[in-house]
Amino acid sequence: MSEFHIDDRLDLRGVLCPMNFVKAKLKLEEMESGQMLEVTLDDGEPMRSVPRSIKEEGHKIVSVQKTDANAYRLVILRGQD
Amino acid sequence: MAPNDETAKLEALRSGLKKEARALKLDFDQLKSGGFIKQTQKNLFTVRLRCPAGQLTSTQLRTAAELADKYGRGEVHISVRQSVEIPYVHYQNFDAVTAALKEVNWSVASCGPRVRVPGACAGCTYNPNGVADSQRLCLDIDRRFFGVATGHHKFKISAAGCPIDCPRSRGADLGFQGEVSPRLEAALCTGCELCVTACQEKALTMAEGLPVRDDSKCNYCGDCIKICPLDAMVAARSGWLVRAGGKHGKHPLYSYEVANFVSDEEALALVEKTMEWYKGNADGRERLGATFARVGVQKYIADVIEPMGLQAIKTVEQRRRFWAGGNFYV
Repeated sequence: MSEFHIDDRLDLRGVLCPMNFVKAKLKLEEMESGQMLEVTLDDGEPMRSVPRSIKEEGHKIVSVQKTDANAYRLVILRGQD
Repeated sequence: MAPNDETAKLEALRSGLKKEARALKLDFDQLKSGGFIKQTQKNLFTVRLRCPAGQLTSTQLRTAAELADKYGRGEVHISVRQSVEIPYVHYQNFDAVTAALKEVNWSVASCGPRVRVPGACAGCTYNPNGVADSQRLCLDIDRRFFGVATGHHKFKISAAGCPIDCPRSRGADLGFQGEVSPRLEAALCTGCELCVTACQEKALTMAEGLPVRDDSKCNYCGDCIKICPLDAMVAARSGWLVRAGGKHGKHPLYSYEVANFVSDEEALALVEKTMEWYKGNADGRERLGATFARVGVQKYIADVIEPMGLQAIKTVEQRRRFWAGGNFYV
């Protein structure tokens, strides 16, 4: 369903802040610049803070999709170190 | 005793007295400008240190600790307005304390009918909520206006980096609060609706797949800009929301929002103009808010805000977006 080639996936539903961000950050650190990570996040506090923190780390969010009423799927382009 | 000896003794005594008088005058000046607050205990004072924006270097902290050990009782008190205070200091030690503070380029705070040390939150430099540099504005205000005599009563200024307003700008004689107006870059927006869910003011609604903003509801907090993962919502305009006429005390007053999107330079000029207005319009020992209650905030807006060419906030309707609730006894 995604128009992007996804290199890795992370389901962070049910993971609380700031652990959801830390898990995404660690996963992105294992990946290489230019690769795509798909992350699924709960609506609410996680969606308020995680996308912002990921942007501040120098990565780019290229797509946001609502999966159901309470979750979002983000596609993150891994940035330069 | 030879008369010459007596004269010499008298001279010595006189010069000693002069010296003491000079020293006493110095103490008196320090007491007047504030920073030494009389305690319940005889001869003991609390030394209030000047900590604009609540910012202290580790050197200053060490100095405060050393002074508390040497001249106090080994404790400090963190005041409600971000100052470090050293209690239980004997007045005879004022000179020694002042000298020690001078060594680290520091001084005591102000008391009485003067501009007090301005307060601020962490601002935008390292606090992710911040939309404006409240620390820098606060330090600039402190450098220019700290200790200036008002001619009437105390004058408190605080600067908040965002509408969460931790520094209580509503309760200050003059308050500055960071604000940012958003604009949508429609070409980048994918219609994910995150900004709509983030907006607590319900100022955003979806229309034809894109968020549309009702400016009359927007309180310029910038949450929509911060949450947008695609940087489609951007800052169109930012600056300071100005609040005037607030106070705490036995009869607190919430301030009026009087101007929007004021720049740093305008904010500093506004402090000066407001001090002038306060000097000329206040009646005796009353706070700015009490003057507003007497002559009307509209006079202040007409005399100060409008001539400066600032974006004035004049009506209740314009203020409604910054609403505050509570018991106002009406």
